[in-house]
Amino acid sequence: MSMSPEQKAFLAKRKKEKLLIRLIQILIVVSFFILWELSAQHGLINEFVFSKPSSIFQTIYQLILANNLFNHIFTTLYEIIIAFVLGIVLGFGIAILLYEFPLLAKILDPFLTMLNSLPKVAIGPLIIIIAGANIKSVITMALLINLIVSVMTIYNGFQNIDSHKIKLLNSFNATKMQKLTTLIIPASYSTIISSLKLNISMSQIGVIMGEFLVSKEGIGYLIIYGTQVFNLSLVMSGILILIIISFILYKLVVALEHKLLKNKS
Amino acid sequence: MTKLLEIKNLSKNYQTLKGEIPAILNIDLDVYDGEFIAIVGSSGCGKSTLLNILANLDNYTSGVINYHKKNLKIGYMLQEDALFPWLTILDNALLGLKIEKKLTESNIAYVKNLLQTYGLGDFLDKYPSELSGGMKQRVALIRTLAIKPDILLLDEPFSALDYQSRLAVSNDVYKIIKKEHKTVIMITHDIAEAISLASRIVVLSKRPAKIKSIYEVKLANPSDPISNRQDKKFTTYYDQIWRDLDVNVA
Repeated sequence: MSMSPEQKAFLAKRKKEKLLIRLIQILIVVSFFILWELSAQHGLINEFVFSKPSSIFQTIYQLILANNLFNHIFTTLYEIIIAFVLGIVLGFGIAILLYEFPLLAKILDPFLTMLNSLPKVAIGPLIIIIAGANIKSVITMALLINLIVSVMTIYNGFQNIDSHKIKLLNSFNATKMQKLTTLIIPASYSTIISSLKLNISMSQIGVIMGEFLVSKEGIGYLIIYGTQVFNLSLVMSGILILIIISFILYKLVVALEHKLLKNKS
Repeated sequence: MTKLLEIKNLSKNYQTLKGEIPAILNIDLDVYDGEFIAIVGSSGCGKSTLLNILANLDNYTSGVINYHKKNLKIGYMLQEDALFPWLTILDNALLGLKIEKKLTESNIAYVKNLLQTYGLGDFLDKYPSELSGGMKQRVALIRTLAIKPDILLLDEPFSALDYQSRLAVSNDVYKIIKKEHKTVIMITHDIAEAISLASRIVVLSKRPAKIKSIYEVKLANPSDPISNRQDKKFTTYYDQIWRDLDVNVA
């Protein structure tokens, strides 16, 4: 099919707009760094506190040379992914339990509310004592933060299923298991998928918080170590790397979400 | 005519924290093979409760329900089409059979044939979102017919549709039901719908629902539901039932 000139013009306009947006975005980032660099060099901002891009890149370069930057990145990524997967799997399982046993849900309701409103970082020191000063503590911390959110999101999805559809299955004398597999899970598919996005953010918060409390490796460790020795370039490097990691992870989850939802509907 | 079902002295009370609410009271009704019974009552009178009890989705407080056929099978068609958006039309129509683990080749062929016969042959692999409201309602009916019920319960099956489609779809559904020789119990609050479709109309009182009157519908020229609305005896029934319902327009 050949395109009409209007269609062609429309598509060209859209393409141009997209390009323009990208260009401006890059421009913002570049000028931000240049401005930062210049202000630091000319004493407009305190270089000791805010560091400057050239020092940051220098620090990152040295970290790579010292050959342990990737170790730190790998540790943090590993913790995030383990917490993320555990959060989804456990969250899904607990949500099913709560849904299938309403009495259990009623009994646990106040405790879940308490756990949900509790600032989880407060139990961090306790976790360290129980799990030890290691990677397990970090993952537990992250799991504590993402799990409750996953459970609540997925459980709410289950509860919002159209009651007519449940009645329909009841009229066919469906068993609990059949209801779960033919209706509850497929109907909450998109809820479960969208809980992934929330879960990845929560996992990152939890992991960095955990690394702040106890760690020998990881980006959170770099940041906290940098603060302790007043190496603000190291702190800024950590933050910069973290921004990049979280941006990439988020984009990956969104891409996964698109893919999973496209196949389904 | 053979009797399929006998309801004797059926009552149901709902238990709430504030006390007991009688929903239906001493209902007696016999259901014969091939009948189309419409149960008419004002909203909230307890007619849905009666249907839920017959469909075995709710229990009753006292009374007896005698089934005059072994393993009498009951099919329930809900107010909403309740189609699963992630399943194709064919899979939706096969849902009941799948749940009952009766996905045999002959049953699948039967459902495909029903879909074909009732104008859905080109939509087997389509999804519910691609169908009109009337078509969805037809799929819902076929999903119920698929399990080969002896009695079909219809819970205000057209009330979710706009007036135009409502007439057209009730015409369609009526034809399908007659062609498949099904016994039907339909509840509705629409008097005209009841007269145009049913062979017998049971009028229920306000809550708790008791049987107020029963009419054998004998139109002068019985035809399809839309034409039945033009029948000269239509208004006579309408006026009588309207009086029975005793609606207070305050």
